[in-house]
Amino acid sequence: MTQRPTAFVNARLVDPASGWDGPGALLIRDGKIADVAQGGDLGTLSADIDVIDARGAMLAPGLVDIRVKTGEPGAETKETLKSAALAAAAGGVTSIVLQPDTDPVIDEASVVDFILRRTRDIELVHVYPAGAATKGCKGERMAEIGLMREAGCLYVTDADRPIVNSKVMQRVLAYAKSFDTLVAHRPADPWLSAGAVATASEFAGRMGLSSVPPIAEKIMLERDLALVELTGARFLVDQITTACALESLARGKAKGLPVTATTSINHLSFNEIDIGDYRTFLKFDPPVRGEDDRQATIEALASGLIDIVVSAHAPAPAEDKRLPYDEAAPGAVGLQTLLPALLAFHHDGRIPLVDLMRTVTSRPAELLGLAAGRLAKGAPADLVLCDLNAPIVVDLDKLKSKSRNSPFDGRRLFGEVQMTIVDGRVVYRV
Amino acid sequence: MSAAPTGLNEVLSRTFPFPKRHFLSVVDLNPVEVSGLLDLADSFVSLNRQHSKKLDLLKGRTLMNLFFENSTRTQSSFELAGKRLGADVVNMSPRSSSISKGETLIDTAVTLNAMQPDLLVVRHSSSGAASLLSQKVTCSVINAGDGQHEHPTQALLDMLSMRRAFGRIAGLKIAICGDVLHSRVARSNVGLLQMMGADVRLVGPPTLMPTDADRWGVDVYHDMRKGIAGCDVVMMLRLQLERMDGVMAPSQREYFRFYGLDREKLAFASDNVRVMHPGPMNRGVEIDSDVADDLAVSLIQDQVEMGVAARMAVLASLAARLDND
Repeated sequence: MTQRPTAFVNARLVDPASGWDGPGALLIRDGKIADVAQGGDLGTLSADIDVIDARGAMLAPGLVDIRVKTGEPGAETKETLKSAALAAAAGGVTSIVLQPDTDPVIDEASVVDFILRRTRDIELVHVYPAGAATKGCKGERMAEIGLMREAGCLYVTDADRPIVNSKVMQRVLAYAKSFDTLVAHRPADPWLSAGAVATASEFAGRMGLSSVPPIAEKIMLERDLALVELTGARFLVDQITTACALESLARGKAKGLPVTATTSINHLSFNEIDIGDYRTFLKFDPPVRGEDDRQATIEALASGLIDIVVSAHAPAPAEDKRLPYDEAAPGAVGLQTLLPALLAFHHDGRIPLVDLMRTVTSRPAELLGLAAGRLAKGAPADLVLCDLNAPIVVDLDKLKSKSRNSPFDGRRLFGEVQMTIVDGRVVYRV
Repeated sequence: MSAAPTGLNEVLSRTFPFPKRHFLSVVDLNPVEVSGLLDLADSFVSLNRQHSKKLDLLKGRTLMNLFFENSTRTQSSFELAGKRLGADVVNMSPRSSSISKGETLIDTAVTLNAMQPDLLVVRHSSSGAASLLSQKVTCSVINAGDGQHEHPTQALLDMLSMRRAFGRIAGLKIAICGDVLHSRVARSNVGLLQMMGADVRLVGPPTLMPTDADRWGVDVYHDMRKGIAGCDVVMMLRLQLERMDGVMAPSQREYFRFYGLDREKLAFASDNVRVMHPGPMNRGVEIDSDVADDLAVSLIQDQVEMGVAARMAVLASLAARLDND
């Protein structure tokens, strides 16, 4: 089943790893990138090569989304690995990292193994699990971090649940360091956040929504950074969304701590006013912030203080969203809208395209030690071809996820994924 | 049934038709609509004081009370309002019946909607619940309190009581005191009173004040004597007892000392001050019985009476629009 080699010509090659954004061509052979011609062409192409004329569309590494939830195992009515993989493929995402808070929790090697075997059969995009940092994501006792790492989990995290006990967090960090394993943690003070569904503000007050002040994020992050300094562990700030926490992050990075940070496309794209008349599709965890925090987050992305953008894909079926705001499930699907939503910052001139794409390709790939995420000879042929200027209107009915809780419903965006390639195979074509 | 009393027909003939299908939030209203509702309510007050109280404006209409939270006084106020206008009234308490077992709010609403009510009065513990419901049913929805968000008929009846006591709303100095943070009554009152030109201030401890409440266009006071100084109306809010005892306030006695309304504090208000409370009262916690029961200053009993009239005005206005559909 050897595939014919394929050449992309007349493309706008965007390769954040080398910093290249310009015309070029690229050759795929045997699932790998066989040749890259930045600024030129591939020379004479032999007759056995299929040639695809990109007509100026962007050819970039497929996206690496390191914070994705599905419903498998345990809640397959929300989302299966297959439906998530289809959504990813349609969104130009070629690698996804699953959160461990499934049922059962991914807190031992056998569950890691189950996920890897299931996704091998699906043969769409690369799917990697993150393991739980503590057993059952309960924040009490350490999970089998070493064994899960051996089985193939990429990092450890308790997903949405903060590890409240500082002693447990210290041990997780110290232990994970011995396996050179990245620890991700959601910065949220549990007491200030308890019961909150919105960010404290004049708006939340008028709407009568229980709210959490933005400093809840800063308070927990300051603790985490102190423990990182103590233990020297590699640390990932999971979804930073507030100006005050960004100040702490900047100080930690300036000190040289081994810290990386993500934010979610939702917090870059929406503010609390979008809640409007209690739209539960805007209910996220962490809650959607005010405009000042959103602007600070975009600034931090532009300056490189924030390293990575995630979709924070979290499927919730209609029955979990068609509820009063405080009862509705948090989260939004995002695999299919991540790229066009992110491109908005390129189109409005705020962030250069190559820098923007770095946050969803080479940067997360490097962090997790993946060979993907770059357009280089010998790298896996994981690619996305995207017509940057094609207008799209997000239509819930066209989402591939089993749950269609997208806050981007009806949004007009620019950037249509035309083709997604994983290991040289076309997994999506418009 | 008696004919409409003189006055009502006149009021009906000279007010604008109410253009909205639902009654969810004071934010949806404008001053002309509010004045019209108050005029209409005024005429219902006279009707309610007659021997024969019944009209047929809502004849053939079905009013459904859907109270997910118990509230005897609001529910019976709506029930009486509906009955006096000639509607058939059904009371549903989903919590104590089988209708809500495992069902979501929407499912319950859709089920009840299929029984073809014309007016659905909803109380629910979640902010936004009435609005959510209104998007899924074909009848008119009246918000009888949604979480910590709004209680618009309460604000209307409070305003009716004040207008009858002072003859105006514009320019009145009104202090709303106590647990503003959890109070839908406070939110609806702030919005409606500001719309009609009153000067509103909020008084309470910082722990019971919403974030950035000073940006609502009101002055916020933590010292009650300063807060009610010169005020024409002191509106007390109910404080749930479980929120004291060290949670939101250190103790009942400490709360009463600093934020309970007694004669001594009331002396700081205007000489002609009126005291209000949406009920039910915690006597000796947020208000001294001595003040609450003084008919020279207390409007608390009036508020209950005005409640029926104000709700009749809302129901009649919504039903008139249904008739025109």
